[in-house]
This record gives sequence, C-alpha cells and structure tokens, in this order.
Amino acid sequence: MSDAKGFKSWLTTIDHKRIGLLYFWTALTFFLIGGLEALVIRAQLAQPNGHIVSAEMFNQLFTMHGTTMLFLALMPLSSAFFNYIIPLQIGARDVAFPRLNAFSYWVFLLGGLLLNASWFVGPLFHAGALSVAPDGGWFAYANLTERQFSPGPNIDFYQLGVQILGISSLAAGFNFIVTILNLRAPGMTMMRLPVFAWMTLVTQFIVITAFPVLTVVLLLLMFDRLFGAHFFLASAGATPLLWQHLFWIFGHPEVYILILPAMGIVSEVLPTFARKPLFGYTVVVYSGVLIGFMGWGVWSHHMFAVGLGPVADSAFAATTMLIAIPTGVKIFNWIGTLWGGDIRGTTALHFAVGFIAMFIIGGLSGVSHASPPADLQQTDTYYVVAHFHYVLFGGSVFGLFAGIYYWWPKMTGRLLNEPLGKWHFWLQLVGMNLAFFPMHLIGLLGMPRRVYTYAPELGVGALNLVSTIGAFLIAVSILVFLFNVWRSARYGQIAPNDPWGGATLEWSIPSPPPAYNFSVIPTVTSRLPRWKTAHHEPIHDPPAAPPAPIHVPGGSWWPLMAACGLPVMALAALTHSVWPAFGGAAILLFGIYRWAFEPLEG
Amino acid sequence: MVRPKGKSDLGTVDAVTRCRLWLTTAALALAGCAGPFPQSTLRPRSDYGRAIDHLFTDIFWWAVIVFVLVEALLLIALVRFRHREGRPAPKPARGNTALEIGWTLAPAVILVLVAVPTMRTILATAGDAPSDALKVEVIGHQWWWEYKYPNLGIVTANEMHVPVAKPVQVSITSADVIHSFWVPRLAGKRDATPGHVTRMAFRADSVGEYSGQCAEFCGVSHANMGLRVLVDSDSAFERWVKTEQGGPEAPAPASPVERGKAVYSRSACLACHTIQGVSPGVMGPNLTHFGSNTTIAAGMFANDPAHLAAWIADAPSLKPGSLMPRMQPPLSDAEVAAIVAYLQSLK
Repeated sequence: MSDAKGFKSWLTTIDHKRIGLLYFWTALTFFLIGGLEALVIRAQLAQPNGHIVSAEMFNQLFTMHGTTMLFLALMPLSSAFFNYIIPLQIGARDVAFPRLNAFSYWVFLLGGLLLNASWFVGPLFHAGALSVAPDGGWFAYANLTERQFSPGPNIDFYQLGVQILGISSLAAGFNFIVTILNLRAPGMTMMRLPVFAWMTLVTQFIVITAFPVLTVVLLLLMFDRLFGAHFFLASAGATPLLWQHLFWIFGHPEVYILILPAMGIVSEVLPTFARKPLFGYTVVVYSGVLIGFMGWGVWSHHMFAVGLGPVADSAFAATTMLIAIPTGVKIFNWIGTLWGGDIRGTTALHFAVGFIAMFIIGGLSGVSHASPPADLQQTDTYYVVAHFHYVLFGGSVFGLFAGIYYWWPKMTGRLLNEPLGKWHFWLQLVGMNLAFFPMHLIGLLGMPRRVYTYAPELGVGALNLVSTIGAFLIAVSILVFLFNVWRSARYGQIAPNDPWGGATLEWSIPSPPPAYNFSVIPTVTSRLPRWKTAHHEPIHDPPAAPPAPIHVPGGSWWPLMAACGLPVMALAALTHSVWPAFGGAAILLFGIYRWAFEPLEG
Repeated sequence: MVRPKGKSDLGTVDAVTRCRLWLTTAALALAGCAGPFPQSTLRPRSDYGRAIDHLFTDIFWWAVIVFVLVEALLLIALVRFRHREGRPAPKPARGNTALEIGWTLAPAVILVLVAVPTMRTILATAGDAPSDALKVEVIGHQWWWEYKYPNLGIVTANEMHVPVAKPVQVSITSADVIHSFWVPRLAGKRDATPGHVTRMAFRADSVGEYSGQCAEFCGVSHANMGLRVLVDSDSAFERWVKTEQGGPEAPAPASPVERGKAVYSRSACLACHTIQGVSPGVMGPNLTHFGSNTTIAAGMFANDPAHLAAWIADAPSLKPGSLMPRMQPPLSDAEVAAIVAYLQSLK
C-alpha cells in the first residue's frame, strides 16, 4: 500500500487498496447505522401496540434501514473487495482508471451523507420535527411519493441521495469491467479468471445496465415533484404502475448485484479450505452469467398482487422458477467442492458454509412466492421479509463476512482471532435464525410488512418477541466482530504473505501489498497459479524487491472536488432554488477539467 | 377448484390437515397463547383461499424435501471430509459432466411439478365469478375502505357484508394512493391502484367475521387501515340489505339523539360525510348506518361511546395522519356526546 502518511494522503489517494479500505470502513459504519435502525424497528415490534417510536418515525426507520443496507452497506462492502482484491487477483498494478475509482468512492460517501443528513435537518425545512428522513419505503412507490401525498423534503432526500449513489455505482461499474477485461496478467485467459473476478465482472455488467433504469425513473419522479410533470399520476392519464415496472426492472437485477459478489467470495473460500479446486468451475461461471441475464426477465414477480392478468403472471412465474436452476447448480457445485476435500474449519469457511446453508432456505421460500397464487398471500407480509433476509443477510452478509475473515490479513497485514471469529459466527447464525425464521410464521398468520403497530388479537406477539431477541443477538455477534477488529489492530498476529495456502495471485505478495502490488507481473499458466496440479507446477512468487524501481502515480485532489459538485447540485432541488445547481455544476466541471489536464507525473 | 372433489382427495386432505395441524401447533407453541389467528392464511374459509392453501402446501412439502436432502448433503460433506492429521491430499476433482446434468435436471423436474399446479391455480382463481354473483366495488382511501354494492344501491365503509356460499365478484380501485385489499382467510391480496380496476372472486364457505387489512404501504397510517368482512347467512344478509337500503330513522323529538343530529348538522362533519337525507359529503365514510358497525376508524377501535367520543374530538391523535381533522373551534364535551348518541342511533 502507498507509504504516504497523513490525512491529505487519504483525501487524494488513487491507490485501489486505500480506496478499498475507505470503502470498507465507510460501508461498515453505514452497516452499523442500518443495524441500529433495525434494532429500533424490532424494539417497536417486540410487542403489540408498541410505543417506542411514532408512526412517522417508524416509516422513516424502515425506509432508511432498507436503503442504507442495500446502497450504503452491502453494495459498497462488495466494492471494498472489488477494489482491494480484483487487481491483486488478476495480477494488475491498479484498476484501469484510478482517479475515476477515487471519484466513485467520494460520490458514494457524499451521497450516503446526504441521505443520512435528513435525520437532522428537519428544522431547516420548518418540518416541525428534527428528522425528515425518507419515508416512502426503499421502493418509493409512486404515487404515494408524489408531492401531493408526500409534501415534505423526505422523498427529495431519497430521490437525490439514491441518484447520486447510482452515479458512483455506474462509474465503478465501467471501471471494473475495463479493469477485468484489459488488465489481466499475461496468460490469465478468461477461463483462468478467479471466480470472484468473474462474478465481479457479471455484477458490473448488471450495474451498468440496471442503474440507468433507476437513474431515469428517479429523474421522472424528480420532474413530477419539482416541476409538476405527471409521469405517474392517474389523474393526468398516466399510471403509477409505470413506476413499479421501471423500479423493479432495476430492482430485481439489483438483487443479483447484491448476491453475486458473495457467491464469488464463497467460490474462493471453499476451494482454499477444502484444498480442492472449485468443482465445476465452468458451470459455476456460466451459471453466474446466466443468472445475470435471467435476472432481467423476472421483475413482474414483485407485482403479482397488482393484477397484471393470468398470462403475465404465468410468464413471470415461469421465468422466476427457471432462475432457481442455475442457483441450485451453484449450490451443488459448492457441495461438490467440499466433497472429498480436507476441510479446515476456519472462520472464513464457517461463514462460507453458513452462506450455503442459509441461502438454501431463502431460495426455497423464494420458490413459494414465485408461484403467483401463493404469493398473493405472502407478498407484502413478514413472510417476504423472512425470505429476503435469508438471502441478503444469510446470503450476502454471511458471504461478505467470509470475505472479511478470508482477506483481512491481506488487507491489514494482521490476522483476526479465530476463536473470537467462531463466536461471532455462531452468535450470528443463531441470532439470524431466531430473528428471521419466526417471520415466516408471522407473515403466514397475516401480519403485513411496514406496519408500525399490530393488534394483540393477531396472535403474533410472542413470535415477534422471539424475532426481536434474535435481532439483538445479531447485534451482540457484531460487537464480538468489532472487538475482534480492535484486538487485531492492537495485538493481532502479523500476517504472512499467504496464511491460508491460497491458489490465487493475491497470496503471492506481501500483506498488505506494496503500492505497486507485484514487484514483477506474474505470467499465469493455470486456473490455480499457486497450486501444483496434474499439468502445472505452481508459479514462483514475485521477488520481495522489484528488479527496477516502479513508478506509482501520486494522488489527486480533482476526483474529490468533482464529487463535491454533486451534493451541491442536489441542494438546488432540496431548497427549490436554481443557484446551487449552477454552483454545483461549476464545481463538478472545474474538477473534471483539472482532472483531465492533470499531468500524469504529478 | 384446483383439485377434483372425490375419493382420491381424501388422502391429500389428510396430508393437508396434518400439515396444517403441525404448522398451527408449532405456531401455537411459539406464540404461547391459543389465539384464533384471525388473519391466518393457513385457515382459509373460501374456495379461493383453499385453492391457494392447497398450492402452498404442495410447494411447502417440496421445499421441505429439498431442504432436508441438500442440507444433509452439506452436513455429511462437512463431517466426513473435515481435516484430520494424515489425511492424504484431496484428489483434485475438477467436475463431472454426468453430475452436472443430473443436478440441473433434478430441480428442473421439481419446478415443473410446482409450475403446472401453479398455472392451473392462476387460471382457476383469475377473478371471474359467475354473472349472477354479488358485485361489490372496493375503493381504497387513506386510510379506510369504501364499499359500493352497485346492484343493491348500498354504500358503506370498512365492514363488508357478503352472503355465505354465494359467489362474490369484487372489483377494486383507489381514490388516492395504492392500497392492497387483503382478507387472508377469504382471498389473496389484490392491489387497489388509482386509475385501474382489478378483480377478485371468492365464495365464502362459513358464516363469521373475517378480519383483514391494507397490505400495500400507503402512508403514515398504513398500519391502521383495517377492514372486516362479515359473512352472513342468507336471511341475515337479506335483513342487512333491507336495513342498508332504508334511510335512517328520524330521531324522537327533543331526545338527546335529536340534539346530536342538530349538532352534527351545523358542524364541519357534514362537509365530508354522507348521512342519507342529512348531509351529502363524500370525502369520508358514509355514516348512514354507522350504528350497526362493530368497529370505528377502519377497524382500530370498538364502536363504543368512549372510543367514538375520543375519535370525534381528535382523530389525528388516535390515528396518525388521519384526514379527519381536529375540530376547530373544538366541540364541547356535551356536543361530542350528543353526536356520539346520534351516530350510534343510526342502525
């Protein structure tokens, strides 16, 4: 990692490893904030007729919990690994566009701050409350989110914050596609690419195709709210269903943006600790690509209750069920990887196996609402909340923690404590099943989602209490993790280059790697370059010192400056005045101009 | 509906019942109390509800089978191949074409077995009732339900009456934002979307009171948008229709009820509420037969004088965001009591 010290060196960094760490710590912070929001939600619902927060506050909490976890925690935690690990896995010195990479991070940070500023700025809008956080759900269905029904700035914060976050994701998406396609080390053909890099590539293609849809639909809503356009107004001859279609055309691929990176991580962790190559590499890769394509053809399964008619319902039921096949194939191949292995039960392996075990449950409950008639009883109830927490918490979060325990030594140079890691794992596993399994029953017994209160007559009070206890147990497990992180920073064992005996290139260089990553770019001859296979000898790790000095470009202020223009422009829409738009655009353009003409050898 | 009625059905019904008993027992054990679960999707009381329940039960058992098999496989792999000192290096198996084909086809076959009954149920429950069915129009409002019976000339709110064992054709729309009409024991949910009319059909098979609520997030009081469907015997339904079709009885002269009517008629109430022959407002629920309702405020409270008085005095404090404003200038306690007496007399 770059040796420069001090605050300035972080603001101007264009080193993919530092940006990866920035993504990691920022996303972890947002993950904790989203978790706190979940705890308040669960405290409110622990009993019928809960009175901990008001209806208004509850609606803000569940909206921000979802928005935060998806856009500010899970996606950027994946980005942390894309940034830190992908260049190392493919034998590159950095990403293709390092300054664009810094821009992505700063835009993400500022978008996240803008969204969360809404918790504190109510008085500026004469709102009569401290908090004016978004309150229309992360899906922000029009026409509820139109000015007529949501007059406050709440939905403006959502619409502007998410728009800005989309810009960050798009910039990063193009960057990583170019990086993976163009910067691979000599000999690393596409079919020698580590599966994590493959899943990253698929994810980024989904990002650059799905996010523009979100960009457009948010713009339409902005036009409705700011200028009285009527894209979603039934009274003006339009239909609010347009929002639902466009949102879910983005929203379902978004699910795969959240899960494919975790699937990639699991596909790295299992072979390392089973000491066996990934079973069915080609099939795992192709099924990931197939999931990426099929994710586009299923959006209306979020809309079965709309009443689109038997033909549309049947078609989308069929495509949705089809997507279960490549997903199942991946699971079987992971089990095939473990089968016949020599499995070392590290914490990373625990989390990877936890991913498989929990994802199976989420996948199976998913099949039950792929069936439209069954879905009509399940959608918008806690049953669906149970389902997507099994795939996003049991799946994505477990997968990301597998990645954290696996790559922590590479990223920080120190090991995490293994016994503490296993405490974390078991508490989190028990906690999540206590929290989310009862929700299946709560939903089947008739409790809808997004309700701040429920009647005791519903008979789901005890189940909700169990669920709340589970949520707090998850919080305890996360505290164990944070303690482990703190302990590792102070007392952690210094990590060697390769603590696990990994097969991929990131383990061939120091932990953390030097600024230039590889003293000599390796030449790859097999899918598992560091393992001996039937036809290949392992490659030699690069020498400790480069044979000749390697020039690493210095930092740049301009990505940060350009990024700052975006929230300033957002102020225009928030304050209904045009000047911040010009001011923000000027900052953005000036930043981009200086960036474009910045001398390379700065 | 989906399953042919006949001898072959008995075995399945047994399995279904057992499953339901098992699930309900588990739920009861966890829930601690023996509540009747008024919104349980697992205790359907209509042809539509049962069709969905059969389908879900099938899918549920497929899921259980797959769950047990795959998780067992995973556990066996973990235990059998855990690290032991001296274990020889694993064989670097890279894949197996026969296995890949097998575990692609196996889920495909199961999914076909799920998809076929799914399609049949979709078609069987598409929302078309016979043409002589009772027609009810549901209109979602923030945060209450309006029901119109176009062929009977009845307009009411929040409590829907239907006859037992007769087909009911429900058409659903919204006056403001998107809601979702859901009575779990009678039917799957159906969105109420402004500018669209959607349909559902069901035939309730036992007399009783079925509770439900809005299932699509519709703003601050989404949680407080309850509803009830009262399934009446034929004779009770006819009586109800007769009462609803008649206007309200004139109050006795100089009674507290008549005083209430006078207060009502000079208050802001009449701008939003209809009482046949008294006030024409259409923003809020029709109150012509308010006294025969069992609940107020879209199922939030019992229709008793205490709750009604609190509601009339200050609705937004009981139901966040309620569009029925706090009265300005405030009504005196006596005036509120008079209105309560009047409204409750409207049977």
